[in-house]
Amino acid sequence: MANVTLRDVRKAYPNGFEAIKGVDVDVADGQFCVLVGPSGCGKSTLLRMVAGLETITSGEIDIGGRIVNQIEPADRDIAMVFQNYALYPHMSVYNNMAYGLRNRGMAKPEIDTRVQEAARVLELTPMLERKPRQLSGGQRQRVAMGRAIVRQPKVFLFDEPLSNLDAKLRIAMRVEIRKLQRRLKTTSIYVTHDQLEAMTLADILVVMNAGQVEQIGNPLDIYQKPATTFVAAFIGAPPMNLLPLRDAGLQLQGASGEAGILGIRPEDFQVSNGAVPSGGVALGLTVEAIERVGAETYVYGLRAQRDGEAAVSAKPGELPPGEILIRVPGQTGPAIGERITVAAPRDKLHLFSADGRQRIAL
Amino acid sequence: MVEQEGIQRYLAHVVLWIGIAIVAFPVYLAFIASTQDNAVIANGQMSLLPGGHFLETYYQTIFVGTSGSTREPVGSMMLNSLIMATLIAVGKIAISIISAYAIVYFRFPFRMAIFWVIFITLMLPVEVRIYPTYKIVADLHLLDSYAGLSLPLIASATATLLFRQFFMTVPDELLEASRIDGAGPFRFFWDTLLPLSRTNMAALFVILFILGWNQYLWPLLITTRDDMQTIQIGIRKMITTTDALTEWPIVMATAVLAMLPPVFVVVVMQRLFVRGLVETEK
Repeated sequence: MANVTLRDVRKAYPNGFEAIKGVDVDVADGQFCVLVGPSGCGKSTLLRMVAGLETITSGEIDIGGRIVNQIEPADRDIAMVFQNYALYPHMSVYNNMAYGLRNRGMAKPEIDTRVQEAARVLELTPMLERKPRQLSGGQRQRVAMGRAIVRQPKVFLFDEPLSNLDAKLRIAMRVEIRKLQRRLKTTSIYVTHDQLEAMTLADILVVMNAGQVEQIGNPLDIYQKPATTFVAAFIGAPPMNLLPLRDAGLQLQGASGEAGILGIRPEDFQVSNGAVPSGGVALGLTVEAIERVGAETYVYGLRAQRDGEAAVSAKPGELPPGEILIRVPGQTGPAIGERITVAAPRDKLHLFSADGRQRIAL
Repeated sequence: MVEQEGIQRYLAHVVLWIGIAIVAFPVYLAFIASTQDNAVIANGQMSLLPGGHFLETYYQTIFVGTSGSTREPVGSMMLNSLIMATLIAVGKIAISIISAYAIVYFRFPFRMAIFWVIFITLMLPVEVRIYPTYKIVADLHLLDSYAGLSLPLIASATATLLFRQFFMTVPDELLEASRIDGAGPFRFFWDTLLPLSRTNMAALFVILFILGWNQYLWPLLITTRDDMQTIQIGIRKMITTTDALTEWPIVMATAVLAMLPPVFVVVVMQRLFVRGLVETEK
């Protein structure tokens, strides 16, 4: 049981590359914190710094009231689940879980109790004598979890633990991890690039980009009020539409002129008969492509573009300039080539400064 | 595998059988000769079927020795060869796995320089550095000893490179998981790396044991006492007799016996060896 605090943590490599540019995060005792971001944003590096596998260039990492900057990984009282599980291939499932305890000089009966208990919880009891290669991906994943649980550490660290599993199993394991963490009430830090995993697992979500924190908060708050265009485009699938404010044909009180970026989520659009909701936005589109996924239909429409229009940059998941994605419930949608008008009400609009770094209240 | 039809398939088998015959016939001949009477061999009347002297020839070879030049029985020569080959194989594996571990997993000054120095020694086999090596061994009073026979042959760049390549394929996460599990450098080496290298070690052992077993030049140089003689030297000495008839049955029996330990090692290690090649998952 411990809180984890990161204070102005930085990581610079000898070649001058700054992987982490000053990160402050507070994870309270028992909370599930998810670090999410595109590949190369430094989220794994940050996790490995908490684990003690990477050195800290400056700043402080505090686990349970103790600064751990100079402490060996084994003595930080953490347990880590790796992306490729990193099970010891030559050891049985039992020994994989018991190894860390033996190295700590724990008594045999105590080790056995803990391993049996973890195996029971994770439904691994029939496979304790098997070798990792005789297990399926999902079972290996559970052994990796078991190895973390038996240690009864202060903090669990997960480094993209589900990305090697197929889609169905990933969802099942996601739920299992969440249930397990709720029951054990162990502080956890979880790294993923999958925004859906991030949204569903997190108590607090940390969105990272290029070595910096873009936004920290409750997942739904972040979804409803993204702080930057980066967060807006990253959280939520399909991504939010971003377009220059001046193209929206919108008179906004309080917004200064034409500068700024307007964001509208695909699900907030409605195909309208030309009526513009008061204070809202209406766009004329030519339907370019349609994707039917069953429960809903994605419509890609091309907006009539003005001359010399600048593209709004909002990586990742960015749509090409001028393209708008809308999400229509059910299976009926407009036909390809049809001209339609879509509208979004004012309370569903997100407004950002021209550089995308700041959210402007509407 | 491509399944071949009719005539092609038979042709392939015929070629294989011819190959086997070419390799196996001299071995067979050696065995037959070892069971014949020496007088029959000497006058060129040797039959291609086993003779009746199997037990007595092999008994004399192993426990008594020839009546001519080398009075040592082959049993003690084989023991010498066995000790030398085992020391070389085990020593090479032990030294090179440790140096490969240092080179791959530790950061220390001149790491790459040391790696290249090891690499360069590939160009300096015993034959090239034979004089200085002999001088050192002689000055250390290691002539006519097992240490003298094996030590100079133990350092091995090949095995070091092989282990280095293998260690580099071991995922880093395994080391990191060990660190989190509280295993220090020694424990990681002993508990994780060594068991994972088992099949590699077996394959190397087969190759190095045979290499050590077949050493000729080095033992010839540094052993002078008959009781330190290895079997490869022994065979050679048996053939050159000055004023007596070469005892061919005993020579042939010695050759057959000299083949057995390498064959035994290959047969025993084969399963582990093949499993190491087939099992790709780490």
